[in-house]
Amino acid sequence: MSQALPLNTHSSPHLRIQDLNVWYETNHALRGIYAEIPTFGITAIIGPSGCGKTTLLRSLNRLLEEGEGIRVKGQVWLNEVDIYDRVMDLNELRTRVGLLAPKPYPLPLSIYENVAYGRRIHGLDVLDKGNGRNLDRKVEHYLRTAGLWEEVKDRLKAPASALSTGQQQRLCLARALAVEPEILLCDEPTSALDPISAQGIEEQLITLKENTTIVIVTHLLRQASRMADYVIFLWMGELVECGPAKELFKNPKDSRTQAYLMGKIG
Amino acid sequence: MLIKQKLEESFFKILMVISTIFVLGSLLLILGTVLWRGLPALDLAMLTQAPQGGYYLGKEGGILNAILGSLCLAGGATIVAVILSLPIALYLQLYPVPHFTKNWIRLSLDILWGTPSIVYGAIGFTLMIYLGMRASLLGGIIVLSLLELPIMVRGMEEAVSMVPKALLESSYSLGATRFETAFKVVVRQTLPGLITAILLAFGRGIGDAASVLFTAGYTDNLPTSLLRPVASLPLAVFFQLGTPFPAVQDRAYAAALVLIVLVLGLSITSRLLSTRFTKNIIR
Amino acid sequence: MNEKSKFLKNREKLSRHHTKSFSKLSRDRKDLAAHKAMRALAICVSILVPVFILVLFLRARPILATHNISTLLFSTTWRPNQGSFGFFPFIMGTLWVTMVAMIISVPLSLLTAIYLAEYTRPKVRAFIMPLIDLLAGIPSVVYGIWGVLTVVPFIQKVVMPSADRWLGFSPLFQTSNPTGYGVLAGGIVLAVMVFPIIIAVSEEVIRTVPLGLREASWSVGASRWQTIRRIVLRRAFPGVIAAVMLGFSRAFGETMAVLMVVGNVVQIPHSIFDAAYPLTALIANNYGEMMSIPLYDAALLGAALILLLVVLTFNIGSRLVLARISYS
Repeated sequence: MSQALPLNTHSSPHLRIQDLNVWYETNHALRGIYAEIPTFGITAIIGPSGCGKTTLLRSLNRLLEEGEGIRVKGQVWLNEVDIYDRVMDLNELRTRVGLLAPKPYPLPLSIYENVAYGRRIHGLDVLDKGNGRNLDRKVEHYLRTAGLWEEVKDRLKAPASALSTGQQQRLCLARALAVEPEILLCDEPTSALDPISAQGIEEQLITLKENTTIVIVTHLLRQASRMADYVIFLWMGELVECGPAKELFKNPKDSRTQAYLMGKIG
Repeated sequence: MLIKQKLEESFFKILMVISTIFVLGSLLLILGTVLWRGLPALDLAMLTQAPQGGYYLGKEGGILNAILGSLCLAGGATIVAVILSLPIALYLQLYPVPHFTKNWIRLSLDILWGTPSIVYGAIGFTLMIYLGMRASLLGGIIVLSLLELPIMVRGMEEAVSMVPKALLESSYSLGATRFETAFKVVVRQTLPGLITAILLAFGRGIGDAASVLFTAGYTDNLPTSLLRPVASLPLAVFFQLGTPFPAVQDRAYAAALVLIVLVLGLSITSRLLSTRFTKNIIR
Repeated sequence: MNEKSKFLKNREKLSRHHTKSFSKLSRDRKDLAAHKAMRALAICVSILVPVFILVLFLRARPILATHNISTLLFSTTWRPNQGSFGFFPFIMGTLWVTMVAMIISVPLSLLTAIYLAEYTRPKVRAFIMPLIDLLAGIPSVVYGIWGVLTVVPFIQKVVMPSADRWLGFSPLFQTSNPTGYGVLAGGIVLAVMVFPIIIAVSEEVIRTVPLGLREASWSVGASRWQTIRRIVLRRAFPGVIAAVMLGFSRAFGETMAVLMVVGNVVQIPHSIFDAAYPLTALIANNYGEMMSIPLYDAALLGAALILLLVVLTFNIGSRLVLARISYS
């Protein structure tokens, strides 16, 4: 079976997954996953549909257990703290590990308030409650980071639902970044988008990887090869192979990885 | 900040639990009260006899007139309402109805749903006077069927809207017309939902007092003719409670118990039916 | 070549067979007739409301012709045998009872709906929701009986003494009517009556808020309650308003249950313990009996017209409001 596969990294891993098992009712969806996700850079989780990519991703900020009939066993160490420890504060965890969903879900608020939402929740700008200028600056900053500022700067008070799908997804990116997460989980973030918007998101993520750890789930091999620095390959709920992207794409060790990369399976 | 948040959450959570307990408790209290006061007063004579002489002073008799009267009223009204509602529901769901017409019909049905039953009663009675009719079973049936109509249409529409589009398309592609598809395929497919809607409307009809107050009247005789007045359970409850004799008031509680058993029995039956029938349904 | 001619021949045979045995033409005609009949039926039903209004208006016209509308609506004198018909006490009676009912019912129902939709496990919910549906079907006279047996004594023996002790300074809680039959009793009975309506509708609305929206909020670190308060409720707001409207119109038009517990005294209530006389009770108590007094039945049908018009206004108004706020 799988064993601990240390990644060839320069720094210590940001997330260390240790013997992670997930069951949906009786279906054993993830089987004994060991993996390490390095600090900064983009880690792509690839594999055919139904292999547990999204399950693995959503277990990293414990959104997974919000569903019904799901059981999780194992440890995920975030900076040497087990996020599955009983004392873990879920809200804090999710602040530090953000999520970009496959489909944009703009909150039923204005564009400005969508970005400000998380900061208000955590009272991050509580000191300047008097004028709100700091919050304004932050909102602008994150909208710029997500590449949306120029398009919305004149209508920040408009409802977020009025934006196009591509703009909404960038808004969701800005919203996720605004609480300054150390890790950003992206679940097929471009699957609902047209090619141009998708390219925009990809470029933003590549810029972001300089100071954020990004984990992306994708079923597009080409997207993974364009973006990823590290790759985790899952097959039927098991981790088959993981390693630096260049190496894995060039010389896959496992026969299943080879077959998948060549398009023979999945 | 964090402590304030946690406190707020627990505060509201406690409020929510209290509300839920309060709501369920008050609703169970109603059942309990009626059971507790009605059960001792209930006997076989109540269910099998019409009121005898001096019944309203506390002498012999029962409320068979009201039980049968209510069943006739609600049964008749439900049949009329089904005949009217089923085509309307199928029409709204399956036919290409212009947007404006659809909205207009829906709005009308919503307003009819919200119209107080006493208003139905008043209008029904006015029309009956105009037509020279007296308070009668027929009048009651007509008014109650209008009262049941919006409930039934809504329920049926909901059931019909659950039919998978692929099923309709496969029926059309076999060459069936809309009419055939609607009445042969859709009705069969949605039967449990339709029955649920019908029983729901029946329950509403049998429990309503204000609309039959003037239109069906009240009598101590068993229902015999469409053109004669007829008794009904809700009014039996109301009138007996209005007498000054405790013995008769106890009978009001018993009548309420009979009414509640009928309505809840129907409701539970419809639930069981709809789970049993769903076996043969394509999802 | 041979193949093709065989195929064509076959097809011709088939199509002849079709026209003969299935007689598509008559089926189509039947379909068209059915379509027309259904449309006619639907349109008949949809003009019922205007017909109702017309009937009530025509029958109430004698009183509208002889009395000023503002006198009818705002005069407090109700002496039918002297020809004065002031609806104001009845309108106030209806408003008081309905308001008390909504003040009790809306917060409790909404908290319950949120709890059921957001915090209970599906198994528990699957047990409680049918119970609530079941109780929505209880006939109104049964609520009335419960009011007489439980609510009225409770108000008289428990609520009133404590109101005397703690809230006596406020005119809203004056206990000049010692019977217990009054606005508060009617309000409580109505409140319980509309619990299941508001809960069932708003629970469903809250549950249809997409999970992705909740997840989006959770993943910036918002707690469950923050998510509910700031996102879920905001999204569900139009539906919740619709649920409350539905409850309101049920409470507003309810007759029997209220009639049995409000006391039926023609006066403008000033305290929640005062007796009241709602419009619905006015019609139910007097219609059909007082035909001998001139204009009386016109006045009562006028009351019915008021009820119908208010329900109508509410329905259309809430639709307009919902259409305007349903962004997101």
